[in-house]
Amino acid sequence: MRAIGIILAGGSSYRMKELSRKRAVCAMPIAGSYRSIDFALSNMSNSHIQKVAVLTQYNARSLNEHLSSSKWWDFGRKQGGLYVLTPSVTAESNSWYRGTADAIAQNLAFLKSSHEPYVVIASGDCVYKLDYNKVLEYHIAKKADITVVCKDLGADACADRFGTIKMNEESRIEEFEEKPVVAKSNTVSCGIYVIRRRQLIEMIERSAEEERYDFVKDILIRYKNMKRIYGYKLQDYWRNIASIDDYFDTNMDFLKAETRDYFFRQYPDIYSKVDDLPPAKYNVGSHVKNSLISSGCIINGRVEDSVIFKKAFVGSSCYIKNSIILNDVYIGDNTHIENCIVESHGTIRANSYHAGTDGSIKIVIERSDRYVI
Amino acid sequence: MIKKEMIAMLLAGGQGSRLGVLTSKVAKPAVSFGGKYRIIDFPLSNCINSGIDTVGVLTQYQPLRLNTHIGIGIPWDLDRNIGGVSVLPPYEKVTNSEWYTGTANAIYQNIDYMESFNPEYVLILSGDHIYKMDYEVMLDFHKQKGAECTIAVMPVPMEEAKRFGIMITDEEKKITDFEEKPANPRSNLASMGIYIFNWKTLKEALLVNSQQPGLDFGKHIIPYCHGKGAPLYAYEFNGYWKDVGTLNSYWEANMELIDIVPEFNLYEEYWKIYTKSEILPPQYLADSSVVERSIIGEGSDIGGQIYNSVIGCGVTIGKDTVVRDSIIMNGTVIGSGCELNKVIAAENVSIGRNVRLGCGEEIPNETDPGIYSNGIATIGEKSVVPDGITIGKNTCVFGVTTAVDYPDNCLASGKTLIKAGDEK
Repeated sequence: MRAIGIILAGGSSYRMKELSRKRAVCAMPIAGSYRSIDFALSNMSNSHIQKVAVLTQYNARSLNEHLSSSKWWDFGRKQGGLYVLTPSVTAESNSWYRGTADAIAQNLAFLKSSHEPYVVIASGDCVYKLDYNKVLEYHIAKKADITVVCKDLGADACADRFGTIKMNEESRIEEFEEKPVVAKSNTVSCGIYVIRRRQLIEMIERSAEEERYDFVKDILIRYKNMKRIYGYKLQDYWRNIASIDDYFDTNMDFLKAETRDYFFRQYPDIYSKVDDLPPAKYNVGSHVKNSLISSGCIINGRVEDSVIFKKAFVGSSCYIKNSIILNDVYIGDNTHIENCIVESHGTIRANSYHAGTDGSIKIVIERSDRYVI
Repeated sequence: MIKKEMIAMLLAGGQGSRLGVLTSKVAKPAVSFGGKYRIIDFPLSNCINSGIDTVGVLTQYQPLRLNTHIGIGIPWDLDRNIGGVSVLPPYEKVTNSEWYTGTANAIYQNIDYMESFNPEYVLILSGDHIYKMDYEVMLDFHKQKGAECTIAVMPVPMEEAKRFGIMITDEEKKITDFEEKPANPRSNLASMGIYIFNWKTLKEALLVNSQQPGLDFGKHIIPYCHGKGAPLYAYEFNGYWKDVGTLNSYWEANMELIDIVPEFNLYEEYWKIYTKSEILPPQYLADSSVVERSIIGEGSDIGGQIYNSVIGCGVTIGKDTVVRDSIIMNGTVIGSGCELNKVIAAENVSIGRNVRLGCGEEIPNETDPGIYSNGIATIGEKSVVPDGITIGKNTCVFGVTTAVDYPDNCLASGKTLIKAGDEK
């Protein structure tokens, strides 16, 4: 293979509100059975990238647990494999990752000890399918120094939490603004980059010397006129999940037949850790409409327009509408949940009432005692 | 040095002909069960949950599906540096090459495999029962009694005892006598086909009897051991244990899983049952769906109404289709407007639109009345049923069928339609 992979899985995001208390954004459960990072990892694996580093530091317990074995993504290899790299105290450094570039700088040995000519950098908080080889071929054809994968958001989408890009007709990036106050373009960076390994080492070393730590600000934007930085437009589905609204909408996208078909039925597959849960069970009184139900669930009540993650228990006479129920939630009888995200491992007492509004999703974190038979 | 206290030998070579077309392409242990599992998952999961990490799986009949399912044993954590799971088919030898001619003969032909682990005890299992059992408890019993061979038994109703191998024991559970399918049983302790042997005892018995044609545990090895006075004990098991050897018992065992609190509970936290999961996504239930008293596997897409049924993974069921009391296995696609009553549809079956299955009178099957009975309509794997067909009860369909195969768009109750060459 011609490239190694780096997945930036560092951060928390204040936009995830209470949901990021427990885990890094990359470990957020998606579409019933997956975690956000599964998409980047599966893309790496399906692009035949054999050696992948995951750089992580914020609240990595949940992520580490998910990555405890690399075999699910076929990275359990003698050649290459999956490397989870967290900050550590060394002779040179005793700081946390101060930014994306710093995270790579602190793990430069990983880059230096590889022999593959290219590096694919991806972020772990996006839902998409992409063969990175196509980007790599484009990168080579354009004789680019860096290729940035980008996506046109719809006209009504809000681009101000992304890096926005303007390209000339040859696709060379002319303007790059990080999180602009007023977005001048609807083309945003997907946080996926292809770069020659030696080039990356050189740039990262230079930045480290100058005490610059951010890959976007201190490398992409700073070098955009000196280096040949090109944009590769992604046409297919791509969404970043790092805000409550986007997280909610991304999950709800999977209720659409075309999204399910694209991710679940078309080649290639998305892989995830296997949980060995029994099939979902529907008892008398269950009434499920337009919803995704995952394995290990037991449903006794009404569920509509919702995504129910693994191992949830829904009591009888419950009504769950337009909501996301994360893993291993117990919902007592006669409970009403509407426009909510229920945090994982929660226990909701019988006869509870939780409702957000369509525009403002309520996050429910309830830790009642659970009595399980 | 390699040393394993106990290794397991799992007999998975049988055809299971009483499951009819379900086993025409796969061995019985590889038949789907309970939505996402296969029958062999139960003994394999019992092994790893009992702390047995070395399992030889003896295959012979149609082993392809078993081989791909077991692989290197990853789903059961049986991918080990030393031991783990090994698939053991019969192989050619310098002299005397033969198939596995009997249960004990299959074990005999793999003496070298067992010897290589230097075991104290060998556990013999069969791959066609549904149960959860801690073999370590049985081993403790075996050691405590100072037995050379322990046979797991379970009490059955006296009137059914004549269908089993029956053990007669004293108060100490020492076996004094045994009878194979007796007309007038003297005890109701039926052998479950699970044995723990001291390796020395087993090896000696296999070598002495090696020339016996069709060497069998129940018929030859156990009587031999008993005859030379080795202490044999019966270990009584009182949990759930189900033989799924016939289509009707297979159907019943599946249906028992959908009770509110089933006797055989897959939802318990400990003693998980593991299987190879190829399909991961959640299942989707459309606006038009109604699902009650059913279990459904991953990645299925349900548009119709499902009552009292067991649905596998990656199944598609169209709008306005009503499925009752049925078992639909992985990857099967059912069109819209169909009606299914008490149907067993094997894997990757394709059923068109407006098909009615399992309706009409109960007429005994004309070719195999002993197999296709109790009103069940059975569809073999990868079969195709075209649009607008009506199929009766006690029927069997196998192969890619077209409208031409159904005079008046109908297959009457009790008929068999097999279109796959000479296969049965």
